[in-house]
Amino acid sequence: MSNVLVLAEVSNTGQIRNSAGMLLAAASSLGTPVAVVAAAPGAGAALVEPLGALGAQLVYVAETDQVDVLLSSPQVEALVAAAHALTASTILLANSADGRDVAARLAVRLTAGLAIDAIGVREENGRIVATHSVFGGSYTVESAFDGEVAIVTVRQGAIEGKADAAIPTVTTESISVDAASSGVIDAVHEAVTATDRPELRAATTVVSGGRGLGSAEKFVLVEHLADALGAAVGASRAAVDAGYVDHALQVGQTGVTVAPQLYIALGISGAIQHRAGMQTAKTIVAINKDADAPIFDIADFGIVGDVFTVVPQLIEAIGKRTS
Amino acid sequence: MKIVVLVKQVPDTWGDRTLTSSGVLDRQASESVIDEINERALEVALSYQDSNDAEIVALTMGPASATDVLRKCLAMGADSAVHVVDDALAGSDLGWTSAAIAAAISKAGYDLVIAGNESTDGRGGVIPAMVAEHLGVPHLTFLTSVEISPERISGERDTENGTVSVHAALPAVISVTERSAEPRFPSFKGIMRAKKKPLDVLTIADLDPDILSGMGRSVVLTATQRPARSAGTKVVDEGNAGNQLAEFLAAEHLI
Ligand SMILES: Cc1cc2nc3c(=O)[nH]c(=O)nc-3n(C[C@H](O)[C@H](O)[C@H](O)COP(=O)(O)OP(=O)(O)OC[C@H]3O[C@@H](n4cnc5c(N)ncnc54)[C@H](O)[C@@H]3O)c2cc1C
Repeated sequence: MSNVLVLAEVSNTGQIRNSAGMLLAAASSLGTPVAVVAAAPGAGAALVEPLGALGAQLVYVAETDQVDVLLSSPQVEALVAAAHALTASTILLANSADGRDVAARLAVRLTAGLAIDAIGVREENGRIVATHSVFGGSYTVESAFDGEVAIVTVRQGAIEGKADAAIPTVTTESISVDAASSGVIDAVHEAVTATDRPELRAATTVVSGGRGLGSAEKFVLVEHLADALGAAVGASRAAVDAGYVDHALQVGQTGVTVAPQLYIALGISGAIQHRAGMQTAKTIVAINKDADAPIFDIADFGIVGDVFTVVPQLIEAIGKRTS
Repeated sequence: MKIVVLVKQVPDTWGDRTLTSSGVLDRQASESVIDEINERALEVALSYQDSNDAEIVALTMGPASATDVLRKCLAMGADSAVHVVDDALAGSDLGWTSAAIAAAISKAGYDLVIAGNESTDGRGGVIPAMVAEHLGVPHLTFLTSVEISPERISGERDTENGTVSVHAALPAVISVTERSAEPRFPSFKGIMRAKKKPLDVLTIADLDPDILSGMGRSVVLTATQRPARSAGTKVVDEGNAGNQLAEFLAAEHLI
């Protein structure tokens, strides 16, 4: 079977990012899953076992002491080296900010075809085919590649399942990175995920709040319902712009795209750009004071009412049922 | 300082956006506008120019109709514009697009290239870094704030895992997010002046005819429209809607 390379993103404290599991699962359906990491000399060894647990049959460790200093280029060089050494023709990365930058430069370097934001990848008649959900889920597009190498970035949370755990073989090489053509990392401010709420992109239930919540203080109502349901918290752009919550929680055209089992929109009008980020949810619930709010056009269950009276009652009712 | 701002004409997100079955944007079906994110990218350049010596070039690749977005940039304050238009580029994938844009940037000359972090139609977010690789210069992408100095660019980069402070020596390519700047409106004077500003139209032959050869491509096989969602039950709260919703969620096995 052919080698399929996966870029395993690693934080500057040595944590393997969540996307590695999904990418290795996708890779295992296409060929032999190979995890590629860029690491400081000596730091790769600690990553081998956890990457094996996620399904990597081979771990390619590319060592450079520039890994925490230079933006993207260590990972690009790691994948270039691995692709040559392992004659790999398919390379999968997360559709994250970091993953996309690496994929972009790599595609130019390898004169490879690049497909972005896939929600599925499969092999068909010896060809890689990627599936994409575009225009906020209004269309499903399938793409393939002309040329020798295919690079695909995969939407985070889009692929379920897990590759079988393996005890990987390890290849360690040192790479050199050109600092002159690279951005420089001065400081990393890791987001503090203080909550034990699920990650927005992968959550099965999402509760989002909009401008209708009125203030950052009152936005806690959204969090209370989310916690009652074990859900992730999302928001509209208006709520983010008003400073109720951090931009990382924005759902929509220019924010995160979610496709949960259940999406609950509180005080959100349902502008087309918000719907672009959530309209493929299995079940949509909306609570809004305005009976004409467009969110009701796509809601499976809509309540014309005040979130500040309906939601506390709902939380109480959920409490009664689950206790 | 010469700043090239990359702009794209996109279907208005306020309307229906339509693809043909071969996956090409149906430009007849929706209104075309400048992508909002590009106005923010241009604003980053203009606010530097407000208090520094800078020349700003707005650059697009797109069909003939894309002149409109360049005119808007000129009206907002860009000094000149470049339009790469060639039938051979219709339906270009990311690889071709980045190669053609990079060639046009090289021809125009630049110290800094500013792009939006991702377009509202393709949502790829890869063109800026691809262009940087073609040009052999650093990229700093997904910036929420930008500081420009004659030799150096720095800013805060927004990622899924937090923020990262980054810098690069010029020349460089950066991309900015929707948190970066609120774009100004073109003034009446700006709109009148825009008519006299230079707008260069370039074809592949004017760039490097070989730029597109030998590159792997991503090709669309099929595009299928999802059935539109329809509205379900709608109730008006008369004091019991929270309980009704709990019943609905339980019946659907969602709680
Ligand atoms: C290029 C572009 C990209 C965009 N990207 C995004 C994006 O990614 N995500 C996004 O969300 N938006 C995006 N927008 C913005 C979008 O157009 C809307 O402005 C935004 O979604 C509105 O947010 P909202 O529904 O919270 O606010 P509003 O439209 O102001 O709606 C608030 C709603 O709350 C209701 N309400 C008020 N009080 C109560 C109450 N007590 N109880 C119940 N209901 C109440 C009101 O009836 C109203 O319907 C984008 C726009 C553009 C142009």
